[in-house]
Amino acid sequence: MMALQHPVAEERAPPPAVLEMRGISQIFPGVKALDGVDIALYPGTVTALIGENGAGKSTLVKILTGIYRPTEGEIRIDGSPVTFADAQAAIDAGVTAIHQETVLFDELTVAENIFLGHAPRTRIGTIDWTTMNRRARDLLRSLESTIEPTIRLKDLSIAQRHLVAISRALSIEARIVIMDEPTAALSRKEIDDLFRIVRDLKRQGKAILFISHKFDEVYEIAENYVVFRDGKAVGQGVLASTAQDDIVRLMVGRTVADAFPKLAVAPGAPVLEVSGYCHPTEFRDISFTLHRGEILGVYGLIGAGRSELCQALFGITAPTSGTVQIEGRPVTIRSPRDAIRAGIVYVPEERGRHGLALPMPIFQNMTLPSLGRTSRVGFLRLADEFSLARKYAERLDLRAAALSVPVGTLSGGNQQKVVIGKWLATQPKVIILDEPTKGIDIGSKAAVHAFISELAAEGLSIVMISSELPEILGMSDRVMVMKEGLLAGIHPRAGLTPETLVRAATGNTVRMTA
Amino acid sequence: MSAIPSTTPQPEPSQPARRAIPDRLGTPLRRLLASWEVLLLGVAVAIFAFNSLASPYFLDAWNLSDATFNFTEKAMIAFAMALLVIAGEIDLSVAAIIALASTAMGAAAQAGVGAAGLVAIGIGVGLACGVINGALVSGMKLPSIVVTIGTMSLFRGLSYIVLGDKAYGGYPADFAFFGQGYVVWVFSFEFVLFLVLAGLFAVLLHATNFGRQVQVIGNNEFAARFSGIPVERIKFILFLLTGLMSGIAAVCLTSRLGSTRPSIAQGWELEVVTMVVLGGVSILGGSGTIGGVVIAAFVMGLVTFGLGLLNVPGIVMSIFIGLLLIITIALPILARRIKARS
Repeated sequence: MMALQHPVAEERAPPPAVLEMRGISQIFPGVKALDGVDIALYPGTVTALIGENGAGKSTLVKILTGIYRPTEGEIRIDGSPVTFADAQAAIDAGVTAIHQETVLFDELTVAENIFLGHAPRTRIGTIDWTTMNRRARDLLRSLESTIEPTIRLKDLSIAQRHLVAISRALSIEARIVIMDEPTAALSRKEIDDLFRIVRDLKRQGKAILFISHKFDEVYEIAENYVVFRDGKAVGQGVLASTAQDDIVRLMVGRTVADAFPKLAVAPGAPVLEVSGYCHPTEFRDISFTLHRGEILGVYGLIGAGRSELCQALFGITAPTSGTVQIEGRPVTIRSPRDAIRAGIVYVPEERGRHGLALPMPIFQNMTLPSLGRTSRVGFLRLADEFSLARKYAERLDLRAAALSVPVGTLSGGNQQKVVIGKWLATQPKVIILDEPTKGIDIGSKAAVHAFISELAAEGLSIVMISSELPEILGMSDRVMVMKEGLLAGIHPRAGLTPETLVRAATGNTVRMTA
Repeated sequence: MSAIPSTTPQPEPSQPARRAIPDRLGTPLRRLLASWEVLLLGVAVAIFAFNSLASPYFLDAWNLSDATFNFTEKAMIAFAMALLVIAGEIDLSVAAIIALASTAMGAAAQAGVGAAGLVAIGIGVGLACGVINGALVSGMKLPSIVVTIGTMSLFRGLSYIVLGDKAYGGYPADFAFFGQGYVVWVFSFEFVLFLVLAGLFAVLLHATNFGRQVQVIGNNEFAARFSGIPVERIKFILFLLTGLMSGIAAVCLTSRLGSTRPSIAQGWELEVVTMVVLGGVSILGGSGTIGGVVIAAFVMGLVTFGLGLLNVPGIVMSIFIGLLLIITIALPILARRIKARS
């Protein structure tokens, strides 16, 4: 009798697996990307796939979606072996995937985006627009969205686009849904919406493979877990009976120090003072002060104006009104050059797009904003460049074959180290970090956090934009919340809870007090 | 067993040092052998060998010296064009700038301007055209391919309006030096100028901050801007440089021909771009060397000269040059595909 109260319901004969992968290996020339992996997905169950970058998660997704054919092993659906000749074969077998960045088309309508490639047809073979729009509307409605199927994608917000991407995956009558880091670009509120959808899918009996870097999400949404390390499944089980530390240990094969090791630093004199800062469209009347050795977290939903504020401080966006002072002296910033000269540098969110020249060597990327110091009357001095690059590569514990290899050959975490190193080499006073650990695996993440904390301890002032609450709460001395382009409060870290921040960012104060 | 004899004992690090990252991988020789330039040099040697076997007149110092005129003027422009293409832009108006500069020099010569004045006018017109291109591209942020197709028609059109079906001649006698003079023995003024400019541009691209910034702009303009590089100013300077080089080429060509028609240097823009691409400069921007362009200039010069000695008609030569261009663009792409498949 007592036993029934406990979740031993799991102990009953589990429903048969929808999908089983047995002894899957994928061998590329010189690399064993997957090595004898076994995985089973069950109906109405979310299985979290966890692993560092390069552990083999993406390879597994590509096998399941028919892009790679495994070198060894067997895939069974409902107990019978299948092979996917191509992507279409995987779709036909009922597997669909929501990718990190699903490719959508701005100039097409919502319905066209959803049904591209498998649009319903009339008897004479033309596209059946009526049916297509109706089915698109039904799909969106099942996701509790009121997006009109006939409007063009370019008129949607980022979150709405995501819903379209999900609808696209669901428009295929799939029983197995793969979600590859679906929350990477989403804010907390949007993640909540997504999770509601995942729970719906669960109720409909779909088997879900959920890939994420974020533990709080994994624990929130998944029942089972599989941990990959170096192409092997090193552990699997039920999340409810597994501690997070154990999973982290499985992932990295070693124990990781506290993920958010902010050192206690007594903030010093004001370094950056911003007052009445305005932008024609993105933000209004922002005032704050940043002290020496302080980490100021900036939290807010996507579109709250966080990145725009920081890019204005770095001289990228249009001229603004308001004043900026560095160490008490007013500065005018109209270009990144002005900002760098004033001692403000910016590590952008999109490293590859805005931060690095990927085909160029590491050392050339590192010295880019410091060329004035590694040259003589405009002539390069390679020895100086190498020694400057080496100094920061070693400080950041960069992992690379040589300083002359292209940055594009490095992993995401190491690329981020190059961007940070390149800015530290300019000896800035203020460093703005925009989502510094986005898309970085947990091992490197802790290293980046430790390093940021170390920088603050050395007296650098840091502005850190992040959408990850644990990161914001763990790292910041104070947290500035932005909402719809306005300052929605600055909170000291002591006693700050996730709820306070989310409430400030989403503006649910009325409902909470009612 | 120890393969390396060591005379001094290696000091042991007191604590496990952080993993050391070497500056470079592989030996310099190995990197050199794998480069496009070395492949191209092989092609040049092969053509040279073929030509010397095919025609008894080829291996003659004065014949070879004449052959250099096939490429020296185009190559001067190609150096500046290489920088522009590496930065992700292009200038298709270069041949039209030659026409306009040459026309201006012709008109000035009619008015009795001396050799020094003519050189100043030729270079001045080239610079002015570069300012127009640069202002339109970097000032108004227009795509360079469209802007320079426009200015190509504009500059040559002006030349046609001034000259119609006439021609300017009667340049002063001392003006002939720039296109017909020799510095020492068989080495013409043009060839020496070509070598000097090759050296200057090689230093500019490969050994200065400016050259580095040009490469970064071509690889990732966003990242360049985000790193505080004055992207627009650098692009403007690059258009100024192609204008300047076109002006210098106009001086040499006009001096060599001794007359100006509005159809002067017709179609050169494509030969210049061919030379740049054949030299291994990525047409998508971001990479390339001046050394490659120098070798490409020799390859194109040797091919046209060799075919000329064999009495191959001009139209067949341009077919040959066209094929050369397509093959050079296709080869690296095919090689990459074959590599990816294996």
